[in-house]
Amino acid sequence: MNTPAKPQLIVIGNGMVGHHLVEQLVEQGATERYAVTVFGEERHLAYDRVHLSEYFSGRDAASLALSTSEYYAEHGIELRLHEAVTAIDRDKGEVVTPQGRYRYDRLVLATGSYPFVPPIPGNDREGCLVYRTLEDLDAIRAAAETATTGVVVGGGLLGLEAANALRGLNLDTAVVEFAPRLMPMQVDSEGGELLREKIEALGVQVLTGRATQEIVDGEASRHRMVFQDDKVLETDLIVFSAGIRPRDELARDCGLEIGERGGVVIDDSCLTSDPAILAVGEVALWNNSIFGLVAPGYQMAKVAASTLLEGGETFRGADMSTKLKLMGVDVGSIGDAHGDRTPGARQYRFLDPIKQQYRKLVVSSDGKRVVGAMLVGDNSYYDTLHQYYANRIELPEDPAALILPAGGEAAPALGPDALPATATICSCHNVTKGDVCASIDAGAVDLGAVKGATKASTGCGGCAALLKNLVDHELESRGVEVDKSICEHFAHTRQELYDIVRVEGIKTFSELMEKHGNPETHKLGCDICKPAVASILASCFNEPITDAAHIPLQDTNDTFMANMQKNGTYSVVPRVPGGEITPDKLVVLGQVAQKYALYTKVTGGQRIDLFGARLEDLPAIWGELIEAGFETGHAYGKSTRTVKSCVGSTWCRYGVQDSVGMAIQLENRYKGLRAPHKLKFAVSGCTRECAEAQSKDIGVIATENGWNLYVCGNGGMRPRHAELFATDLSDEELYRIIDRFLMFYIRTADRLQRTSVWRENLEGGLDYLKQVILEDSLGIGEELDRQMQAVIDTYECEWANAISDPEKLKRFRSFVNDARPDPDIIYTTERGQLRPA
Amino acid sequence: MSSAIAAKTMTQTWQTLCTRADLVPYSGVAAWMETPEGPAQVAIFYLPGQAQELYAIDHHDPFSGANVIARGIVGDLKGQLVVASPIYKQHFRLEDGQCLEDDSVRLRTWKVSFKGDEVWIEA
Repeated sequence: MNTPAKPQLIVIGNGMVGHHLVEQLVEQGATERYAVTVFGEERHLAYDRVHLSEYFSGRDAASLALSTSEYYAEHGIELRLHEAVTAIDRDKGEVVTPQGRYRYDRLVLATGSYPFVPPIPGNDREGCLVYRTLEDLDAIRAAAETATTGVVVGGGLLGLEAANALRGLNLDTAVVEFAPRLMPMQVDSEGGELLREKIEALGVQVLTGRATQEIVDGEASRHRMVFQDDKVLETDLIVFSAGIRPRDELARDCGLEIGERGGVVIDDSCLTSDPAILAVGEVALWNNSIFGLVAPGYQMAKVAASTLLEGGETFRGADMSTKLKLMGVDVGSIGDAHGDRTPGARQYRFLDPIKQQYRKLVVSSDGKRVVGAMLVGDNSYYDTLHQYYANRIELPEDPAALILPAGGEAAPALGPDALPATATICSCHNVTKGDVCASIDAGAVDLGAVKGATKASTGCGGCAALLKNLVDHELESRGVEVDKSICEHFAHTRQELYDIVRVEGIKTFSELMEKHGNPETHKLGCDICKPAVASILASCFNEPITDAAHIPLQDTNDTFMANMQKNGTYSVVPRVPGGEITPDKLVVLGQVAQKYALYTKVTGGQRIDLFGARLEDLPAIWGELIEAGFETGHAYGKSTRTVKSCVGSTWCRYGVQDSVGMAIQLENRYKGLRAPHKLKFAVSGCTRECAEAQSKDIGVIATENGWNLYVCGNGGMRPRHAELFATDLSDEELYRIIDRFLMFYIRTADRLQRTSVWRENLEGGLDYLKQVILEDSLGIGEELDRQMQAVIDTYECEWANAISDPEKLKRFRSFVNDARPDPDIIYTTERGQLRPA
Repeated sequence: MSSAIAAKTMTQTWQTLCTRADLVPYSGVAAWMETPEGPAQVAIFYLPGQAQELYAIDHHDPFSGANVIARGIVGDLKGQLVVASPIYKQHFRLEDGQCLEDDSVRLRTWKVSFKGDEVWIEA
């Protein structure tokens, strides 16, 4: 397929990076422009060296292969495997192999590296091997057949992998490391010590600070390793894994510029000192560094392909952070993990000798950025720390919190601003944070424009709050002043509107709009400010939401006091406080469902949801439920939903308090309370936590002495463990603290902001919250008590209120001028129940 | 049901739909209407005090396929009167049915007005 007109491009090396280069050449269209020939000295096509050790656990060469010869043929690339290049003749522009000479116009060195074998006398004895290629692994396997013991020289990443492989071959295995600890590049002495303990616990002997002097005949085994201190270790098999060296001999021999300690010098375009020749991967020395990881090699491959096409992409170094699981042990290393490359860096360290976890955080001298981190034993902290590092996110006031275990909590999670670019924001339209940022970079200047450009949040809308936070953050970080106004109709935040309503005693939307609305817009409001104000008015005055003045403000769920489903029908959820329900009531639920042909499902909050109710049937359904003693469960509102419970001391062998009784008390106390977002509670009767209270806004767990209160937890899209707020409370203390906590949240949270997000954004954090609620540091405690009491005292079942008023019932007609039901609602059956067709 | 824009025909006439008392101020109700092209479900919005007090727009939400537009929240955005679909929250301009989030989507609209206390529509 080569035409004489095409310039010849030769790639030497078909490892992971060499192959990636080929893919990049194909992708960027370089195969149109060049006649490409690839030389590989191994018999195999490029294979996945990162997962090489799986070769021992059953994977074969074919499944490790990164490509097929068909792929090369398909793109017209000549692949010459098992043909090692022995020289480069730059004068003639040719490469030399035992088989012949090949002309090149451009040449790329992707020759990689070779395992370094320390210059120890005896290192070439039979059974002294390296761990690098499939052939090496075959040799190790063959040698292991007649061996009982094996030693790996080198306690780095690859050494530990090799040790694991030897273990897998049923050899008594030891690791000998010259440095005073394992993985010296990634961990410090504490981390190394922990790593040693963990690896020794797996039956691998660890010898650190040992320099091998020579290898001689053994007495009991094949070899004897003699150390500097004259101690000896006998073994049948030795694997050297003491680092890599760039395979730069071809470049060296043809006079290219080589670094002092090896490696072909390249510039930001991957060009060597000869502009006809490029180098990528572990053979290349960029900015005095060799990158011994595959990711930077891939980046170089991309840059090299671009350079060959005059594309102008440049290599700018690489993040060498790594997250590994070695022999089942988590090890993470981020940036300047040792903190010795950053002047004035501060270090925080946490060591749990029982759980065998070690974490170190290195922050800049001003305490604002993560410059490095180190993890042993638990990598769950890695992602968050790496986000802080990679995205240069400003640290919280107390950086130690990022590595300290907080009361049994999982690793801290980051706000949406700190999610990685690959994080999915809108799963309906598969929009990532990167897409959102790109749309802003392309000129989107507000939330609406981002939605238009990306479609984010135009599906189910569940990501609306997350998207708004992200967009605000991104705009702010680009120096765009973000308008905190709730919408175009009010130049105020939700919190400001709440204060205005409360201070001026404003009781309707129209009055608020009249006095405080933006004079430049219409006076109607919109679907953002109307429900928000409706919620504020309800929290403050608790008038029925179906009153004429409030009707146009409500979202459809609140208007019709049921949850709109995708076909325009509604689901009905009566309150079942604490999940406790009598058989009589259960029977009624079944009868109502049968009569109105409703699909029934038990909810996650221990209630029963009746789906598929037609608008015009709602009043009749409520009537029958109310008759049986039910009331609205407020499943539709941004309000108290459920208080989940276990059976507690009433039935359970372990329960120490009456969790059902308390759940019912709490649910009845706060039912109908409207808030910026829905509220969920749970009460567990003992520390076994069967009600899962720690995933709720309010979690109550019984103790021998009373109740422990947890706050600001969240299940759902972005889970957050609740935090312990107060302990061993009496019933009365519990009510009072929850009263004040909820009212303070209602006053100060943003629109549609859950307690978990509110808590994360709260300046001063949990300590401040405790001061305000438990110590009444603002002196507003009694006022909060009064406000809550007012809501509790004015509770009224909204269903009962609506069906008692014929005017209000007019709203529930499908058509104002026709009695027929909506003929477009079509059902089918599935598993014996109706569902939308 | 077709959501294509109804072509104007010679047979178009005014018909009565309901009375003022059937309407909900600053919100919507749905009505059933027979037209030369077949039956239509129409959302009637009543905005007392505005320059134009009545709007009639398709009740069918093309994004969800459900007949729900009358149950949306009415408001104004950048000076345009709109209704937000209660399902996926797209905004439709009351005047001409144009969807603000998607240029290619437009709901049908009809002329509607009071005659005394009766609501009349041209279809």
